[in-house]
Amino acid sequence: MTRTLTLIRRRLVGSIFVLLIVVIGTFLLLEAAPGDAVDAYIVSTGGDAGMIELLRHRWGLDQSELTRLANYLWALLHLDLGQSVTFSRPIRDVILERLPNTLLLMVSATALSFGLGSALGIYAGARPGSFRDRFLSIGSLALYAVPGFWLGLVLIVVFAVDLRWLPIGGIETLASDKTGLDRVADIAVHLILPVSALGFIYLALYLRMMRAGMAEVWRQDFVLAARAKGLSRRRIVLAHVARNALLPLVTMLGLQSAQMLGGSVVIESVFSVPGLGRLAQEAVASRDTPLLLGIILTSAVLVIVINLAVDIAYAFLDPRVGAGEADA
Amino acid sequence: MSPLRRFLRTPEAVAGALLLAMLIAMALSASLLFPGDPQAIAGPALLPPFQDWSLPLGTDRLGRDVLAELFHGARTSLAVGLAAAAAALVVGAVVGTLAGFAGGLVDEVLMRITDAFQTVPSFLLALAFVSVVGPSLGVVVIAIALGTWTGPARVARAEVLSIRERDYVAGARVIGMHPLAIAFREVLPNALPPVLAMSSVIVAAAILTEAALSFLGLGDPNRVTWGGMIAEGRAVLRTAPFLSIVPGIALVLTVLGVYLAGEGIVETTAVRRGLS
Repeated sequence: MTRTLTLIRRRLVGSIFVLLIVVIGTFLLLEAAPGDAVDAYIVSTGGDAGMIELLRHRWGLDQSELTRLANYLWALLHLDLGQSVTFSRPIRDVILERLPNTLLLMVSATALSFGLGSALGIYAGARPGSFRDRFLSIGSLALYAVPGFWLGLVLIVVFAVDLRWLPIGGIETLASDKTGLDRVADIAVHLILPVSALGFIYLALYLRMMRAGMAEVWRQDFVLAARAKGLSRRRIVLAHVARNALLPLVTMLGLQSAQMLGGSVVIESVFSVPGLGRLAQEAVASRDTPLLLGIILTSAVLVIVINLAVDIAYAFLDPRVGAGEADA
Repeated sequence: MSPLRRFLRTPEAVAGALLLAMLIAMALSASLLFPGDPQAIAGPALLPPFQDWSLPLGTDRLGRDVLAELFHGARTSLAVGLAAAAAALVVGAVVGTLAGFAGGLVDEVLMRITDAFQTVPSFLLALAFVSVVGPSLGVVVIAIALGTWTGPARVARAEVLSIRERDYVAGARVIGMHPLAIAFREVLPNALPPVLAMSSVIVAAAILTEAALSFLGLGDPNRVTWGGMIAEGRAVLRTAPFLSIVPGIALVLTVLGVYLAGEGIVETTAVRRGLS
């Protein structure tokens, strides 16, 4: 237990530095953007030079860069991301409103890609070099080459436009007043296509990792020992080979979370899912840079939290992990 | 067996090489076969494919020649993909070598920066960078490289950590070579193979990211891009789905070609190294 705690503490300290770099990076990007919040505000509302002067002073934009960075950090410590000009609301509130949809999409897509990917990987890796192994590994490579947003459009053409089986976009039927289980079912139906578009791309990754991992494990001595014991092939594959090849996939789960968040930007705008990714695109379209940077910061925190969770899970799954770090 | 013959005997690798060759031919011949502006109007709007043989793949919503756009799009895709991957590999190799060879505080700082770049979803970073600086071909290349240099940096660092303990590095120190010269003339070249092995995955990812950026309208507006074509076609998805589907197929074949050929090269050379 102390071993895990030490691991968590080390990771948390590291994360604070990483987050600080991300914050400074986003601040520099914000500074590099042409025009500031006042310009954006004046464009949307109109106002004269005196008004601009007044607003710059009130929002602290006439101070030096270092003072503003300090103010920015101070505000962030209070979880204040500033005000969105386009939404005329605090950025934090806008983000928190959209976050659950993105999380739902990400968790479902991860479950799909990890579950199906590792299962197919075990199926392929059980008989290395066989026809089904070659077929699945080439098939997965082809899937990996497909752009997610294009797969999304193809799915829309087939299942929403031609067959009319599934809704074309959105997260739920608008103004339907559904509650309880009806609403859950409605959201699930709306999620089928976006989750498939996002999940199928990463499925290939887990399939290939599983397969490659199993190929390594097959060569190890304990597999030979299991064979010599006379265990059935099925048992060797599931209990010995696949089980040992599964651990690296868990690490991948954390590393992929950032990619998955990035991927959801395009998928959300293809399917008009009102999530964080779509918000990012809206922020770009309306040139609301502070909002965009707020989204980046939120994603960074999310990725750090997910990776921490994966590390902890890993430490429980594999007793060797962290033992060396705890001693150091 | 020579690596080339081994490569030619792998059907997947040959298929990949052929796909790539076709793509490069398309990119190179684009302005020969389709001189003039591919974004100019060439015929009636929304002409379906295979109707008029002067416009084999038909026209888009504005009456532009789809085949000409496809050829010119190959050019953008390939140029951006290769340039972004090259930038990412160079930056990654240099940062990784410095971190691994210097060690100590330099290593710590450089790796924390690498962590920070890996924490931010690379697509969001590219999106933010392009939207702040403004879309042009060079900016898109930098934006993609910003999110991809971290992988090569980590691999290079790990490789350098093992190389810097070798005898010839100690020898170079003894004869009084400057540490930077040792790092970049002795250590870096030997750390390159595993970094270069990543290049096909990086080129493929760069091509896909470019497509996604231009799909969201953040590509260079003065150039035809496949992602932009898919986005254009989206407006008429119900009536003319081929406008979005055709450039998507081109993208899939391109990325697949890069993967297959890249994997073929890595495998044939890795086997050779394993044997020798």
